[in-house]
Amino acid sequence: MTLNDTLLISLRAVTSYRVRSLLIILAMALGVAAVVMLTALGDGARRYVVNQFSSIGTNLIAVMPGRAETSGAFLGATMGRTPRDLTLKDAQLIGRLPQVRRYAPLNVGVAELSAAKRLRDVTVLGSTADLIPIRHMNLAQGSFLAHDSEHSAQIVLGAKLAEEFFPTSNAIGQRIRLDENRFLVTGVLALQGETMGYNTDEIVIIPIDYAQSLFNTTSLFRILVEARSHSDIPSAKEAIHDTLKKSHDGEEDVTIITQDAVLDTFDRILHALTLAVAGIAAISLAVAGILIMNVMLVAISQRTPEIGLLKAIGADAADIRHLFFAEALWLSLAGTIIGFLFGQFGSLLLRLAYPQLPAWAPAWAIIAGVIVALITGILASLLPSSRAARLDPVQALSKK
Amino acid sequence: MIDLTEITRIFKMGDQSVYALHEINLNIATGEYVSIMGPSGSGKSTLLNIIGLLDRPDSGRYALDGKNVTDLTETEQAQTRRDKIGFVFQSFHLVPRLTAAENIEMPLILGEIPPDERKSRVADALQAFDLQSRAQHRPAELSGGQRQRVAIARATILRPKAILADEPTGNLDHSIGAEVMTLLEKLCQEGTTLIVVTHDRELSARAKRHIGMRDGKIVTDSS
Repeated sequence: MTLNDTLLISLRAVTSYRVRSLLIILAMALGVAAVVMLTALGDGARRYVVNQFSSIGTNLIAVMPGRAETSGAFLGATMGRTPRDLTLKDAQLIGRLPQVRRYAPLNVGVAELSAAKRLRDVTVLGSTADLIPIRHMNLAQGSFLAHDSEHSAQIVLGAKLAEEFFPTSNAIGQRIRLDENRFLVTGVLALQGETMGYNTDEIVIIPIDYAQSLFNTTSLFRILVEARSHSDIPSAKEAIHDTLKKSHDGEEDVTIITQDAVLDTFDRILHALTLAVAGIAAISLAVAGILIMNVMLVAISQRTPEIGLLKAIGADAADIRHLFFAEALWLSLAGTIIGFLFGQFGSLLLRLAYPQLPAWAPAWAIIAGVIVALITGILASLLPSSRAARLDPVQALSKK
Repeated sequence: MIDLTEITRIFKMGDQSVYALHEINLNIATGEYVSIMGPSGSGKSTLLNIIGLLDRPDSGRYALDGKNVTDLTETEQAQTRRDKIGFVFQSFHLVPRLTAAENIEMPLILGEIPPDERKSRVADALQAFDLQSRAQHRPAELSGGQRQRVAIARATILRPKAILADEPTGNLDHSIGAEVMTLLEKLCQEGTTLIVVTHDRELSARAKRHIGMRDGKIVTDSS
């Protein structure tokens, strides 16, 4: 029997037993659709987190005072020493490194903002002009510490604060008080909403020196560094480490975190999660495979006389095996294709329902899902088709 | 053409051995019209199955067309069945989801005959058995006589040397049965060996040679 005829005749059997075929195809399709949709969900979550991270800046390195130790004795604690401060001088040293594109020292605190008989507590960021580009913030109006004004008392307001304090007039050029100090509003941040858990619409930014005197400190909360390129991150990290060690008299008392490392961790966790849900969904493929095997066995028992007849008119064991094998293959192929379409449609609905979640099934999951489905179908049909091929023609023919 | 020497077939029923065929010696020449009669359990169907290569003897030698076919592999047996033997069954054994024409075409498909030639040979067969108007009908839509004509058309499409018919009229009423037998006999007159297994005396009487069986042995053989 030629391959062409085998495929055609087995397709005839698939289309003749409609209900049976539809049920198998549905079972297979649900399995494949589950793999596609669940991995779309998992990978969508991963991409959501990655997007959030890149929205706070690219190629970022954060330098923090103090050493994060997870093991071993912390010498400073036992000898009554506190970690050395991170100072503006440290920040300037970092700024001179060749791998560093720009840097922004950062102090954070809370102060009372007041103007025109309104007052409220706000989060205050003290920094330099480069904070805005490093953190991917945008100014809706005005500027922050534009050239030649590095030492003036400027303040940039979050979008919501500008709206609250100056609802009727333009905020730019207005005078505003932060605790007892007067500032000139030179910029307003663009409305950005919440990213990574805090809201840039309700912060104010002032120059770093004013922030240090406001909070009465010489230590920095951290230094944000942007490396020149992604590939510069490791060497930049090392250079920062060496520079600060030297300036801190050989003491390793800073913690350097790259955005990459944090991102990698999240990426790995969520990727593992996606794999896990894909694995769970794959179980439904195995169930579909067992269903195919079961239904094929029933089909063979129903069609035993037919198998006997085919043998009587000259079909050998291989012909019979190929026929039933091809039948199972058609069923799993149809189930896989329909399941793939179901899954893509479901992912589309997910994306429509949650626009911020990029729920696209990753290519590896689709390919793996399809291959696993087809292999399951093939494995599940091996036993039934070889059983059909082994049937004794005399007994098969006499079965009513 | 069919040459059986001391053919024995034993079935195991529990721990008992039952001789379905006991040292059968039988020669059937090309073009003969033979009926095999006997009560149920006499071994006549088993004999037909062995002649048709559906079953293998436990001992003895079977030569078909002068060639020893006792030790053929399963695939070789299937090929021999396809090319040299046509089966006609009491219950027709048509594939229910295929049309009459497709049922007739099956042996050609198994024999890997090219599609163009298949079409013309099926058309010829449909005409020869007066089934043109029924070609696209499924077995369920055909009468008993039509179904058996489809089965005979299928059995003869590859022009076999022998037609083996097991109670070919068993499911048909008398006049239709007679028509079917006339068809088979016509094929026999054209040179095909015809072996009919039956327990119907009247049917058996139509044959030229009559073999009687009992308890796995040939008890009468008359021409």
